Amino acid sequence: MSIIPETWQITLFSVAVALASTLVILPFGVALAWVFARKEWPLKAIIETMVLLPLVMPPVSTGLILLEIFGRRSPLGGWLYNRGVEIVFNWKGVLIAMAVMSFPLLVRAARTSFSEVNPRLEQIAATLGASRCRIFFVITIPLAFRGIIAGSLLAFSRALGEFGATILLAGNIPGRTQTLSLAIFNYVQTGREHEAYMLLSITVMIAFASVWCSEWLLRCPKGM
Amino acid sequence: MSKKWLRQVCSIAALFLVTAPPAASADDIVVSAAASLTDALEQIGRAYQFKSKNRVTFVFASSSTLARQIEAGAPADVFFSADVQTMDALERNGRLEPGTRKQLLSNQLVIIVPADLPTVVNSPEDLLDPRVRKIALAEPSSVPAGVYSKTYLESLGLWDKVKPKVVPVLDVRATLASVESGNVEAGLVYKTDAAGSRRVKTVFEVPIGKGPKIIYPVAILKESENKAAAKEFLNVMVSPSGLDAFKRYGFVVLR
Repeated sequence: MSIIPETWQITLFSVAVALASTLVILPFGVALAWVFARKEWPLKAIIETMVLLPLVMPPVSTGLILLEIFGRRSPLGGWLYNRGVEIVFNWKGVLIAMAVMSFPLLVRAARTSFSEVNPRLEQIAATLGASRCRIFFVITIPLAFRGIIAGSLLAFSRALGEFGATILLAGNIPGRTQTLSLAIFNYVQTGREHEAYMLLSITVMIAFASVWCSEWLLRCPKGM
Repeated sequence: MSKKWLRQVCSIAALFLVTAPPAASADDIVVSAAASLTDALEQIGRAYQFKSKNRVTFVFASSSTLARQIEAGAPADVFFSADVQTMDALERNGRLEPGTRKQLLSNQLVIIVPADLPTVVNSPEDLLDPRVRKIALAEPSSVPAGVYSKTYLESLGLWDKVKPKVVPVLDVRATLASVESGNVEAGLVYKTDAAGSRRVKTVFEVPIGKGPKIIYPVAILKESENKAAAKEFLNVMVSPSGLDAFKRYGFVVLR
């Protein structure tokens, strides 16, 4: 099986944007997860449900919502369009679709990790004079680290495999917005099965590696 | 006890027999047709169903997708393509019932823009304007509408400069929808598709004779199990009222 030149471009593009999307959601996801794990407030359940929605809704539904938000006729989309910023049918659309779809996975994993950090350890640090910021970065994060990384890996895999929201928001434009999933779809549609199977192998390998690492991180007993 | 049970079972069974839908009549047909034929064929289909009492199920998609489905064994009785190449490919693979192929319709390509947004496009050359950032086309490597569009733009020497702006979509109706949404500045569709939408504006019609020859052939498929009903459907299509329906939607009738 010969490797077609587009394979590298498609793979690199997909991995790069999925990585970028994961890095973008990381601070927000971790922050939100901590807030969910530690704080209570009225209507918290509504926020939690909304954050989880992209995980359970059909991806095309989420894609349609994003299209409505960022499309040229919407207030936000139109404002961006007039400033020359394109989201729809652009790599930025790919990134946003990936970020939105993978966000709930990160939040869930990180939240579980934060819940498992004994609050007494944080309280002890506070009695010893540590500021809230210091406690968070020196005590909480390192203890929750493995879960956060596992969540990030899951988010990355999800981002890489994203299809429904991506094809609606960013389209299937070869060389510009075509990710591995979109390319496989395109190749099957146009009868290029050889190329489709090649990309299939790549997606399987990447997904396998990510999930393997993620599970290993979650399975490892605490305090290595 | 058992007599009562038996009676209950029998009455339920009778209920099923009475309300069961009629077994798929041998005369129901499946017509796989190019997306651009959606409205015209649905109307003709209603006339056919009324006249013959047979049911017709339409599968509308790009001709290339439909051809692939037929090659993969999808059940269909009639195939109505938007170009000759797709039909030729099926004929080469022996999928057509010999002697049933007809060249029925032609169409025109048009350039459309969103109806309510400002535009700079009045001609194909305007597609090169930097303010035109994205142009929607049906997949130019396989879908007839896209292939015709690409051929036309190539004939004008514009394709290479237009290509980076092209957003390829699944079929010509999806192209129409992209332009309607305003997320692309222009698109190329058939005149018949543009005519059916108030949310797009036609800014340029490719003159007949200038653009690629657009031909819609139709044929009965060899694997069809209802060839008589399929033939009847074809007859309804080529009848004066059938051709009138196509003309009303803007198709050119080749006879």
